[in-house]
Order: sequence, then C-alpha cells, then structure tokens
Amino acid sequence: MRVTFTVNGRRHEADDVWEGESLLYVLRERMGLPGSKNACEQGECGSCTVRLDGEPVCACLVAAGQAEGREVVTVEGLADYARQRDGGERDGEAAGDAALAPVQQAFIDAGAVQCGFCTPGLLVAADELIERNPQPTDADIREALSGNLCRCTGYEKIMDAVRLAAARADQSTQEVG
Amino acid sequence: MEFLRPATWEEALAAKAEHPSAVPIAGGTDVMVEINFDHRRPTHLMDLNRIRDLHEWEVGDETVRLGASVPYSKIIDQLATELPGLALASHTVGSPQIRNRGSVGGNLGAASPAGDSHPALLAAGAEVEAESVRGTRFIPVEEFYTGVKRNALAEDELIKRVHIKKADGPQQFSKVGTRNAMVIAVCAFGIALHPETRTVRAGIGSAAPTPLRATAAEEFLNAALEEGGYWDSGKVIAPSVARQFAELCSGACNPIDDVRGSAAYRRRAVGVMARRTLGWTWESYRASGMGRTTEGGAQCA
Repeated sequence: MRVTFTVNGRRHEADDVWEGESLLYVLRERMGLPGSKNACEQGECGSCTVRLDGEPVCACLVAAGQAEGREVVTVEGLADYARQRDGGERDGEAAGDAALAPVQQAFIDAGAVQCGFCTPGLLVAADELIERNPQPTDADIREALSGNLCRCTGYEKIMDAVRLAAARADQSTQEVG
Repeated sequence: MEFLRPATWEEALAAKAEHPSAVPIAGGTDVMVEINFDHRRPTHLMDLNRIRDLHEWEVGDETVRLGASVPYSKIIDQLATELPGLALASHTVGSPQIRNRGSVGGNLGAASPAGDSHPALLAAGAEVEAESVRGTRFIPVEEFYTGVKRNALAEDELIKRVHIKKADGPQQFSKVGTRNAMVIAVCAFGIALHPETRTVRAGIGSAAPTPLRATAAEEFLNAALEEGGYWDSGKVIAPSVARQFAELCSGACNPIDDVRGSAAYRRRAVGVMARRTLGWTWESYRASGMGRTTEGGAQCA
C-alpha cells in the first residue's frame, strides 16, 4: 500500500509498504531518515521516539498506515521544530546556528552522549518535556524520560543535559522578556 | 494482509462483520509487538484511529462513558477526580510514550491477566459496551475476562465504550514490579470504598488466569465494617479485620510460577497490597469526613 504523511514539515510518500509495517521501518528504510533508532521493537527502550501530531510515541508501535495524513517530527527535524516553536530567528542568532536544537547542544555540552544509540529518542522526549514544562523538577525529568533506556548508564549526564537545556531556555526567555 | 481504515464506527462494525478475523488496532502497543515479533499475521488489520467517537468521553451522573481508544495519558490528566483508581493504574502503564497511545479498550481487547486497568475497573464497577452489526451488549467487566488473553467478545464485535462508575469514595491501586516504569505487573491490586452503598470492592491482577474480584474478601470486610459500625464512626479498622481481609485476598489468587515471580510470592504480595491499600483508602475516608464529602481521595501510593 501507499502511505503519505508529513515528516519534519515535508510531505513524504512511500510505496509498496507492507500492511503490518511500522512507522519506524518506513521512516528508516523507505524515507531515508535513520535518526530514529530501532532496538527493542516492543516499546520498551524509547530509542524510536518521534512526535506524532505533537505527542511522543514509539514509532515501532505505530502501524505505518496509522500515520497516513498525520504530522511526524523525528530527531532530524528537531532543530527546525525547536526554532519555529521558539519564534524563528531571534537577535544574535543566525538561522544557520539552528543546526542543533537547544536540547541537542545541551546534550553535547553536558557530555550526555556516549554510544549515541539512545540519544535521538531521549532528545525528542526531552525537547517535548521542556516545551510542555519549561521548568521541570528532577522528578518531572525522570518521569518524562522513564520510557527511554540508556545502556551506557549515562543517566546522570542526561539529567544534567536536560537541566541545562531548561535553564538556558528560561534564561533566554527572561532576556527576551 | 489488508489494512482497513474505517472512517466511522458504522463502517468499522460492517468491516468486522465482513472480516471477523480482522484485528482492531488503536494505540498498537500490544498488536504491533505481536506483529513485529512475527507472533501474529492477521489477514486484516483494522485501524480505529480515524473514529473520533472512540477518543471521546462523557461524565454522567453515575458513570463515565469512556471511549475505547481514550489514551491513558488523558485519563491521568482529565479523569483523576471521577476515576481515581483507574488514573493511578493508568500512571503505572509502560512509559509516557506508551500512555500516549495505549487505552482501556485495548487493555480489555488484549485481556492479559496482567493488564493494569483491570483491577481498577473491577474495584470501581464497570460495564463493557460491545457492539456489532447485530446490536449492542453491556457486559459486566467481571464477566468479560474468560481466560488467559481471552474475552467475551464475539468475533464480529468491537468494544465501543467502557462505562465506569464514578468514585463515591476513596480508591487505590498498587502494583508490584522491578522498577517504577516499563513494568508488566508481577501482581496488582485495586480497591474502591463505596460509602453510598457501604461496600468495598477489590480487584486482583496478574495472580490468576484472569483478573478477578476478591468476592469472599469483600463479603467478609463488608460484614465486618457493618457490624463494627465503622462507616458511621470512621474509627481505625482493627488489625485483625485488615489481616483477615488480606488473607482472603491472597486466597482468591490462583497464580503460577513464571519469569516475573513465583506463585507463593504473588499470593503473599497480593495480601500485603490488600492490607496497605485498605489502610490508605480508609485513612482518606476518615480524613474526608467519612463520606460527608463526595470527593474521591487520590493520594499518592
């Protein structure tokens, strides 16, 4: 079957999709978007986390046909998505700087990336948390990331990264305000 | 495999009548796992996401009419007052990603004995609205679970809504697992005080081939509370009464040994959860002025 949906603001189409195929498989193998990772295929690890009509979901558990006509954001589109949400180009921030979303920069700065396999899912989940809750407590962060496993045992740095991203967002909001 | 995309409930019923082996898929959190692992190859997959009615709910005088596809995250955010036990249970389902997709309708359709919503539905009191082109049936949730991953649906029926009694008193839910997220219950327990009828209902999960009510324990406790004048006095429940309730809840179990836990552990843990959740709900009842307010207590476990 053919499926058509929007990924990172662009309309994508895939043909000859098997009816039992997951959104994750279509993204990775048919649309050339391998950022979302394939690990457990049962919703346990969160490494395939994408936004489906705004909500974080495991792309491995969405049938491709269920995404028909809907909006998907993957880690590849996170920087653009964050920039649009934060009101486009602000003073002193050239458009070119948005190669990374603030949460991505914070993961680098905090040393929260080890092998990197869990990182795309964590970034999508963490970005959604800060969008919904700009000043999360540690408990909020742990809850929001509870569906994302990191087997490098890097959770402390990941916590640091999310705290850093939230603090920076808060600071830039105050500066603008 | 064929992918069916009904746009309306009527289309879905017609499709299910025409293709009884069609597997309905809403959140996909159970069905897609089976497909990904090659455990299931249905002839037809029927996407229910396009049917708006299934994502809606109505709060009535007596019940909440919960659309089958309403995700757990909505129950937690929007129905914690009316359905405190179910909201607590929903919060223990998987992870945020899973709670954004999974639903009570899916939990009932899968009918796993370990489904998190079942003990809460049993304790609150609920009916499953099943429909086919032949008509509508209301199935008490106690009668809905017929075996391990088996339910009372006929092959042409779909779950439309679940009618759940609104809380008229405190409710609690407790679940044993190895961590706070992404856990299939080793065993689980739901309890609801019903001050209006002066009854207590208790639901047990993952400790028998089906979720079940602890009816002998309920009957004992209802009699003991009545005889002791507890509903009026609001006094602390005697330890002997709580202990007997816990033992009867343990006795209602018919568990197995499996990778998640032994039968003996499950029996023991259900008793502990029964005693603790009874204590928590009774404290809420006392604190709320013994039924003179109608607020359901949803304290954190």
